[in-house]
Amino acid sequence: MSEIKMTVNGKPVRGDVKDNTLLVEFIREHLRLTGTHVGCDTSQCGACVVHVNGKAIKSCTMLAASADGAEVTTIEGVANGDLHPMQKAFNDNHGLQCGFCTPGMIMSGIDMVQRYKSAGKTLDEAAIRHELEGNICRCTGYHNIVKSIAQAAGEM
Amino acid sequence: MSQGIGAPVKRKEDKRFTTGKGKYTDDIRMENQAYAAFVRSPFAHARVRNIDTSAAMVMDGVIAIHNGAELTGDGIGNIICGWAITSKDGSPMNMGAWSALATEKTRYVGDAVAIVIAETKAQARAAAEAVDVDYEELPVAATIAAALADDAPQIHENAAGNIVYDWEIGERDATDKALANAAHVTEMDITNNRLSPNPMEPRSAIATFDEAEDHYTLYTTSQNPHVARLVLSAFYQVAPEHKLRVIAPDVGGGFGSKIYIYPEEIACLWASMKTNRSVKWTSDRTEAFLTDAHGRDHLTKARMGFDAEGRIVGFKVSTKANFGAYMSLFSSAVPTYLYATLLSGTYNIPNIYCEVLGVYTNTVPVDAYRGAGRPEASYLVERMMETAARELGKDPAELRNINFIREFPHQTPVIMNYDSGDFEGNMRQAMEAADWAGFAARKAESRARGKLRGIGMSCYIEACGIAPSAAVGSLGAGVGLWESAEVRMNPVGTIEVLTGSHSHGQGHETTFAQVVADRFGVPIDSVQIVHGDTDKVQFGMGTYGSRSGPVGMSAIVKALDKVEAKIRKLAAHLLEVSEADIVIEDAQAKVVGTNKSLAWHEIGLAAYTGHNLPEGMEPGLKEGAFYDPMNFTFPMGCFICEVEVDPQTGKTEIVSFVASDDFGTIINPMIVEGQVHGGIAQGVGQAMLEEVRYSEDGQQLSASYMDYAMPRADDLPNFEVLHHGTTCTTNPLGMKGCGEAGAIGTPPAVINAITSAIGNNDLNMPTTPAKVWAAINAARIAAE
Repeated sequence: MSEIKMTVNGKPVRGDVKDNTLLVEFIREHLRLTGTHVGCDTSQCGACVVHVNGKAIKSCTMLAASADGAEVTTIEGVANGDLHPMQKAFNDNHGLQCGFCTPGMIMSGIDMVQRYKSAGKTLDEAAIRHELEGNICRCTGYHNIVKSIAQAAGEM
Repeated sequence: MSQGIGAPVKRKEDKRFTTGKGKYTDDIRMENQAYAAFVRSPFAHARVRNIDTSAAMVMDGVIAIHNGAELTGDGIGNIICGWAITSKDGSPMNMGAWSALATEKTRYVGDAVAIVIAETKAQARAAAEAVDVDYEELPVAATIAAALADDAPQIHENAAGNIVYDWEIGERDATDKALANAAHVTEMDITNNRLSPNPMEPRSAIATFDEAEDHYTLYTTSQNPHVARLVLSAFYQVAPEHKLRVIAPDVGGGFGSKIYIYPEEIACLWASMKTNRSVKWTSDRTEAFLTDAHGRDHLTKARMGFDAEGRIVGFKVSTKANFGAYMSLFSSAVPTYLYATLLSGTYNIPNIYCEVLGVYTNTVPVDAYRGAGRPEASYLVERMMETAARELGKDPAELRNINFIREFPHQTPVIMNYDSGDFEGNMRQAMEAADWAGFAARKAESRARGKLRGIGMSCYIEACGIAPSAAVGSLGAGVGLWESAEVRMNPVGTIEVLTGSHSHGQGHETTFAQVVADRFGVPIDSVQIVHGDTDKVQFGMGTYGSRSGPVGMSAIVKALDKVEAKIRKLAAHLLEVSEADIVIEDAQAKVVGTNKSLAWHEIGLAAYTGHNLPEGMEPGLKEGAFYDPMNFTFPMGCFICEVEVDPQTGKTEIVSFVASDDFGTIINPMIVEGQVHGGIAQGVGQAMLEEVRYSEDGQQLSASYMDYAMPRADDLPNFEVLHHGTTCTTNPLGMKGCGEAGAIGTPPAVINAITSAIGNNDLNMPTTPAKVWAAINAARIAAE
């Protein structure tokens, strides 16, 4: 067991966790922030994507102890009063159906827009599709997810 | 903007899903909750000699470990298949016993033999690993061919030769005669690959037993919680219906795989009573591959005969369908009444005969997956048409066109009676959008770059809105397939609609509210859709087979009719006019030709205060309805896929995909198009990427996302989705259903395109680059 401390969605949190506790388990079971989902256990589906120190990571692939001292943002911490432009874009473009992959898609979408912006690169459709390699959706066929991220990229 | 029928209203449910506030089963935590893990057979076929739990029982946190003998000893019944199919010789199907926890034998890798209950999930899993099961390995039949071999092991004692049934439909002699006299006969062997449905939310269950009330509550990932309760009560004898509440909260996709009541839900309910704890189980992805019902897996031989003008004269089909190790809930109906009844496709075919051999194998049970039988039929018919056109030297569009059904209603030789459609209209719309005429130039341009270009079409039809209860009852169904609804208008004028349909991505909270908005002119935000809880909604048959529109919404329409009739009567009384002078619009009851009206809340309040009601009228404003369909509905359309293949690598790129669908009335085009996108993606997945593979000894080789190729964003193009609709004549809104069309129409369009590109028709799904490369080279060598 280790004591860990981190900032999650702007609030300081602490917990006593086993050394093999995954970050997603800490977020879901200890903090009860259940918007971050587990869809595959093999770091393929991306339903568990959160931001750690500003980078998108798959929280099923990181130990909670490794995030000690980190700044973590989950889907619950993305909106600032109003919906984040990425959240709004998913609603505007019907970028979700069952909603299970959606938190991971939104967290990956925000990350890719920020990375391309800071690198001065254009996030076109082909780039969005390539960047979504680590996020699986079974409902939408990605068509409207791509549209959603493209819209948000223009608004962020 | 209108929020009524036909408006692309944004979804009401999105806010909770985009902010992480959805409530899926695994998000729920009960007081006093313990965790279950299952001890699963590592062998595809084995005798269970002994289960030793002594080491596991003393591990940290372990509460209890129970096995199949205890389960059956407590009177928990075997899992049933709900559709009785009769073989050619009149004998009933051979349903092998399926206990939620296997007792004497395990029959597939993943078959559970014990349930472990512990304080934490990790403790439950660790203890499950420590249960020592003494298995005697038995010979394995992992494929249809192996199960039908002379020396095949016997999987169920009561199914000789591993045959579930040997069924037929249509006229054998007339079809044979038509084929014998045909000017041309096209023959094909077709494999329909085995798939895993893979909703992104893994299955999960939380069972709670309340000892004081002798009452159970089950939260579960179900597409049809009422059917779950019915089956758990009537057949598995877990608890009587009035002592069992089943709740399916937010459910993260289903695609058929969450229709069925699986061993885990049964075992968790029973274990919650045994341990007096809430018992929670959530599948991981590999467990999902090992236990969620698979789909498809057909081997078919088919012959289609044509006259000298290219008109189809007969179609004879022989299919072997893999059932897996046990008969799942609807499994028996899939390769029979959901498959063979669609073999007429969109064509006039005077003679059809189909025989289907159902086969047990040592694999995961196979049942309905998005489309269920209809993708198999559509793939077969549309591959046959394309191949025939190539053999006859005819344009594939033209061959289809001369065979299209043009008069309705149309009775096919295989039960179905099509009510409406404009098959050529959809084909012409798709051809124009795909620039069919300009293909030759694009192919030449590709060739100049060293690439192979192909175009393929499919003109699918399917049957949705399952189904008239008496009709399916006569065909062996164990349930009626109506739907129920209740419309409650509150004293303040807001409305609740209780429905037996279940939304797990379809957007019912929006579209069902649109039907109410269309009727009364109320905003959709004042309409709440209530579903997924057997304590709230009296009964329902759930969501599958694209039935929520044509059946579920029809029930809502019937209930709205009754509410509207009462509002008219009440308003006429209060406004002192005749009912004929009342119009309901803009959330008011207005008197025609005057400025007299009642606001919506005034109507509600008048109904509930009851101070001034017409003679004999009861207070309140709440009506229910059960809607039993008159017929199946028949969505249809034309898909055109264009591909470019790199002959050096065999890699295929879809360069354009056009869908023209006839779904009848569309409530929300945005949502309907989303359904088509997702269906096409699953169809492309089947055609190019996905396949469940087993080793000879029955180990599943594709049981994770590292091994099973799920379609990803860069595997797919943008889709052009068009509508060319006729109105369904057999339900009140004229709807046909849209949920499965994409998955049904897509695989043949893709394979017709790829085989046209590479000039080799001998290509099976999924078309991995290695297979395509081999087919290109086989064609090249054959030509040399």
